[in-house]
Amino acid sequence: MIKDLAYPFDPHLILRTKKSIRRKLLEGNTFLDKRVAILGGSTTGEVKDLIELFLLDGGIRPAFYESDYNRYYEDALFPSEELIRFAPEIVYIHTTTSNLAFRHGLDDAEPVIEQNLQEEFSRYKEIWDHLTSRFSCAVVQNNFELPDYRILGNLDSYELHGKTRFINELNRLFSEHARTSRNLYLHDINYLSAWLGLERWYDKQFWYAYKYAMGYAAIPYLAHSVAAVMLAIYGRSRKCLVLDLDNTLWGGVIGDDGLTGIEIGKETPAAEAYSGFQQYVKDLKSRGVLLAVNSKNDEVIAREGFSHPDSVLALSDFSAFQANWQPKHENIREIALSLNVGIDSLVFADDNPLERDIVERYAPEVGVPVLGDNVCKYVEVLDKCLLFEPAALSSDDLQRSLFYAQDSGRKQQQSRFDSYDDFLQSLGMVAEIRRFAPEYLERITQLTNKTNQFNLTTKRYTYAEIKAVAERGTQIAIYGRLEDRFGDNGLVSAMIGAVKGDELHLELWLMSCRVLKRGMEHAMMNSLADEARSAGVKSLIGYYYPTSKNGMVSDLFDDLGFENMARNEQGESVWRCALATYRALTHHIEVKQ
Amino acid sequence: MKSEEVLSKLLPIFHDVFDDPTIVLQRETTAADVEGWDSLAQINLIVAIEQAFKISFSFNDLKGLNTVGDMLDLIARKAA
Repeated sequence: MIKDLAYPFDPHLILRTKKSIRRKLLEGNTFLDKRVAILGGSTTGEVKDLIELFLLDGGIRPAFYESDYNRYYEDALFPSEELIRFAPEIVYIHTTTSNLAFRHGLDDAEPVIEQNLQEEFSRYKEIWDHLTSRFSCAVVQNNFELPDYRILGNLDSYELHGKTRFINELNRLFSEHARTSRNLYLHDINYLSAWLGLERWYDKQFWYAYKYAMGYAAIPYLAHSVAAVMLAIYGRSRKCLVLDLDNTLWGGVIGDDGLTGIEIGKETPAAEAYSGFQQYVKDLKSRGVLLAVNSKNDEVIAREGFSHPDSVLALSDFSAFQANWQPKHENIREIALSLNVGIDSLVFADDNPLERDIVERYAPEVGVPVLGDNVCKYVEVLDKCLLFEPAALSSDDLQRSLFYAQDSGRKQQQSRFDSYDDFLQSLGMVAEIRRFAPEYLERITQLTNKTNQFNLTTKRYTYAEIKAVAERGTQIAIYGRLEDRFGDNGLVSAMIGAVKGDELHLELWLMSCRVLKRGMEHAMMNSLADEARSAGVKSLIGYYYPTSKNGMVSDLFDDLGFENMARNEQGESVWRCALATYRALTHHIEVKQ
Repeated sequence: MKSEEVLSKLLPIFHDVFDDPTIVLQRETTAADVEGWDSLAQINLIVAIEQAFKISFSFNDLKGLNTVGDMLDLIARKAA
């Protein structure tokens, strides 16, 4: 993360130095490349440049297509040769209230206004439908900000003819549609402009001079927020919040002030503020963000803090707990290891600027918001940095902490067995391995975008692409769910193979890290071989494309008995296995077809 | 504000906006002489100037800004 791009923004600094920020971001990092089309209803030049900065900061390097001024509708419905060749993976429709026609007059009757509303909505629906069916892309669409003036004053929000009412109704139609439409992601410009304040949002001089729908100072906030949605779509959001304790989760220093001396609860304004922050953290956890402690403290004393009668957070809310005198960036690495997540999926919250600085310096992949030292601002900073932005709420997200808690139960079990096989046997694992089914497509899409370690090709898919794979008959696509006596791990693995002649080419094979070393990869391969055989396939062709993160599977095909056919300078390799000689791989999982 | 004083504050703005510390400005320098000086960069320059000199430009001020000399004169007048 680059400091200049941390919330709250200094718009003047960002816009004045955007070229050097860009240069620094591009130095020595690895990126996921994405093609992003921006179709604007107002000027988008600066919006595009800043979206690029925030995407780069989140690990995506965009190539852009930009529509001509106010050509969003035409470009979506009748795409130019250039746009077709560009083949966008994400389209951002940057429309605002300035694009609404408000055709009704004060003397129009209700049906006319209702019809205008429906027409306005249909126009956008047409855009989304055309784009998704033509490009199988994700569409990010602004809703509408409140107007800069109200002819009807306060009445404007509820009188039939009010513009404010019209905008609210249209936003409601957008939300209802987006809720059931898998490729449409709303960008809530309405909330963003309200948060910043419409007075800061609108800049009429900027509008009349350059046709920007919002002022200069608002553009970094807009770009940041749009980029957060795009990063979330590609699974680039962070997964785990790592927290300091003293003066972060409670007021005071527990080692000095003791359990009764720390500020938490309702006794003082500060105590209430710390409780408010703990509640926010607890809410994050309940929607799937993992929590960890990273504190310079004696461990026993640190743990005691959560036994305070007014503590909102309990020890059991944390998936990892590091309280010791080690440097914090070392603790952070251990937290990532113990949770089996990449260090770039962590966010570190600490009131001490020195500790933040050390982590930024020695673990630059970690997201370090400028938390400050005023507890009243903690929630704002964490909430508005949008580092935990979810693209959708899946049931697995809601259960994730439980999975990790179960996983540490498994790790404790492990030490009590003579051999690893004994241990695996004792787990009583049952897998369900089947062809892609509609109810799992969302989870599979999510996995393709955030699984980095056990991922042979690291091919990313949009929801529409996964859906197409499931519906098309030319691919063999299977998923695996795994349960054991500690609980349900959920859907953890997916394979997609394309049938070409009598060969099956493995385009995708991934597995979630929470079931590593459990034999699930053997069960998956056996099932794939069975499916392939019954489809008349004679050989399986596997591919390995190395990335900075998937080294753990570089020898996988070799281990499974595939024969190496080719390897190039980049280390990409191709492998073959003849089904006639395929022997079922051993594992300790009962497989339900 | 004197022209040299304005120039000493204006030059770093150009260096930042174009991310090029080698840019040298003369009164007769125009957009054609600086790589990347397009309409988008022009807006960035204007806003950075307004911020740095604590002035604001009207629509009329922004007309006929063809050379760096025009810019220097405008700033000197507004920041007087």
